Amino acid sequence: MAVAPGDAIISVRDLTVEFGGGKTRVLNSLNLDVKRGEILGFVGPSGAGKSVLMRTIIGLVPKRTGTIEVMGTELGSADLAARRAVERRWGILFQHGALFSSLSVRQNIQFPVREYLDVSDRLLDEITIAKLGMVGLKPEVANRYPSELSGGMIKRVALARALALDPELVFLDEPTSGLDPIGAGDFDELVMTLQRTLGLTVFMVTHDLDSLYTACDRIAVLGDGKVIAVGSIDDMRASQHPWLKSYFHGKRARAVVT
Amino acid sequence: MRGQIVSGGPTLERMTQGDALALYASGPWTAHYAPDLEKLVGEVEQLTSRNKRVLIDVSKIAKLDTFGAWLIERLSRSLVTTGAELRIAGLSANYATLVEEVRRVKEAPPEAREPFTIRGMLERIGRSVADIGDTFIGLIEMVGALLMAFWTVVRHPSRFRFTSIVHHLEQVCWRAVPIIVLITFLIGCIIAQQGLFHFRRFGADVFVVDMLGVLVLREIGVLLVAIMVAGRSGSAYTAELGSMKMREEIDALRTMGFDPIEVLVLPRIIALVIGLPALTFLGMMSALYGGGLVAWLYGGVEPEAFLLRLRDAISIDHFVVGMIKAPFMAIVIGIVACVEGMLVRGSAESLGQHTTSSVVKGIFFVIVMDGIFAIFFASIGK
Repeated sequence: MAVAPGDAIISVRDLTVEFGGGKTRVLNSLNLDVKRGEILGFVGPSGAGKSVLMRTIIGLVPKRTGTIEVMGTELGSADLAARRAVERRWGILFQHGALFSSLSVRQNIQFPVREYLDVSDRLLDEITIAKLGMVGLKPEVANRYPSELSGGMIKRVALARALALDPELVFLDEPTSGLDPIGAGDFDELVMTLQRTLGLTVFMVTHDLDSLYTACDRIAVLGDGKVIAVGSIDDMRASQHPWLKSYFHGKRARAVVT
Repeated sequence: MRGQIVSGGPTLERMTQGDALALYASGPWTAHYAPDLEKLVGEVEQLTSRNKRVLIDVSKIAKLDTFGAWLIERLSRSLVTTGAELRIAGLSANYATLVEEVRRVKEAPPEAREPFTIRGMLERIGRSVADIGDTFIGLIEMVGALLMAFWTVVRHPSRFRFTSIVHHLEQVCWRAVPIIVLITFLIGCIIAQQGLFHFRRFGADVFVVDMLGVLVLREIGVLLVAIMVAGRSGSAYTAELGSMKMREEIDALRTMGFDPIEVLVLPRIIALVIGLPALTFLGMMSALYGGGLVAWLYGGVEPEAFLLRLRDAISIDHFVVGMIKAPFMAIVIGIVACVEGMLVRGSAESLGQHTTSSVVKGIFFVIVMDGIFAIFFASIGK
């Protein structure tokens, strides 16, 4: 965790999150830094609180104590305008897409742009098609509604919406879950391409070992409400922690490596 | 947003040499400045139709994202179509991939928007008339499916979902008691007060009791309660079934070999058929109590006199006429609500539409039923 402060786009310090009025402590004085321009994979056992951490950083779950600094703004003490400014610069892909079901794909992608920028309909349409192209979808998809899309397409459209305002930081909550291995591979490829072209920082909660191997620059592991390890995939494989050992040396992991 | 772009905004400078044009882009070409960028590019697009050779120098661009890259691409496309020879200079390796990415963008397909025509309008009217027919067919189908499910349950009493019925009975009946009692009590008060106020002019105060008794027992009690239940429980049924439909829970039931009508709809409708008469009885009593209270406090009719008068004014027939309508109204409300719930499609909007139409249709059918009963009882002389 030796990261210079200027280098970190997200820096979480002593974060504690409790549910049920202090009955269950999900995160226990957690520290985490995400460096600008990296793809950070976030893993941990189911129910360890990976999604809770993501939702706490983006402000959907209230925190008990600690500080969360995103792009130089401490979100806990920032006023509404400062928060909004930060929110404009990040994009979020929810686990199930969270597309607006009563809007078409085109309207879904244009929604944040329309709210924040005063641009012509022509440019809006062109940007929509450009974003759809970036996530590997044909322009014809633009007129469809979310209920008419397959699971993989929903994830792609949701990513296109997350990228609509060209954010510097994207949060991906299990982006490849529910995709076939080829689709998941394409998605990883896509995230890496976008990171290269747009200079994105990616915070990715995942269970997908393939994603960890191919896409992630660094991996952070959550256990017992804390980050128990951070480092490259090789560091993870060398770790002696029991959960990490079974995770990275289990049957599935061997299948990925060989 | 405009105000922030006084200094450090994007620029696009033009320099002409003979038939050659050089464009120097600088500053941040990002989403934040998109409105200004669009204007800059638009101006250049209109001016440069005569130049044979064009150079776009992008080396001074401080920051480029999809918006900026696309606008450069748009500019170069429009220049190429005028027949100019185009060169882009100073593109760094980072941004080259981005520009490459937007180069693949094709024309946007037109938005599927139907133009307004007389024919389209007539078509919509026709369709909505046909929909009324579909509604009736849907209702009749549901009645049939319900009878089938009921028959199955009668033949195999072990499949009777007692727990489910008790649960729904609690939701539609027990939890509705406070609001139903309060509303009917107030309506009883209002009827008595209005009656006293107007009848007093003829010195016919005491007939208020007759009016209250007949009105509450025959019509107001059951109608008011049925409308309240249609709004309260009919909408809940539609929303519950609709969101189960949206999340494929109903499909899941079907694939496990359960009949959704038997598992979901039948218990709900049985609960309504038991609950609505019970609420109606409570509502009637509460309205009479409210009316009696006002007659006493406002009209000076002593409780004993009120009860004596009430006994003379009404017969058990009035009560039976009111009560007999309740289970039929329950069936109508339940069927309409469940049919609407099953019609919900994927979107949140569709759920809202069907919940609305469940309540509207439920109340409509309750009033129609009441009219039919009125004609029926009039012809048999009750």
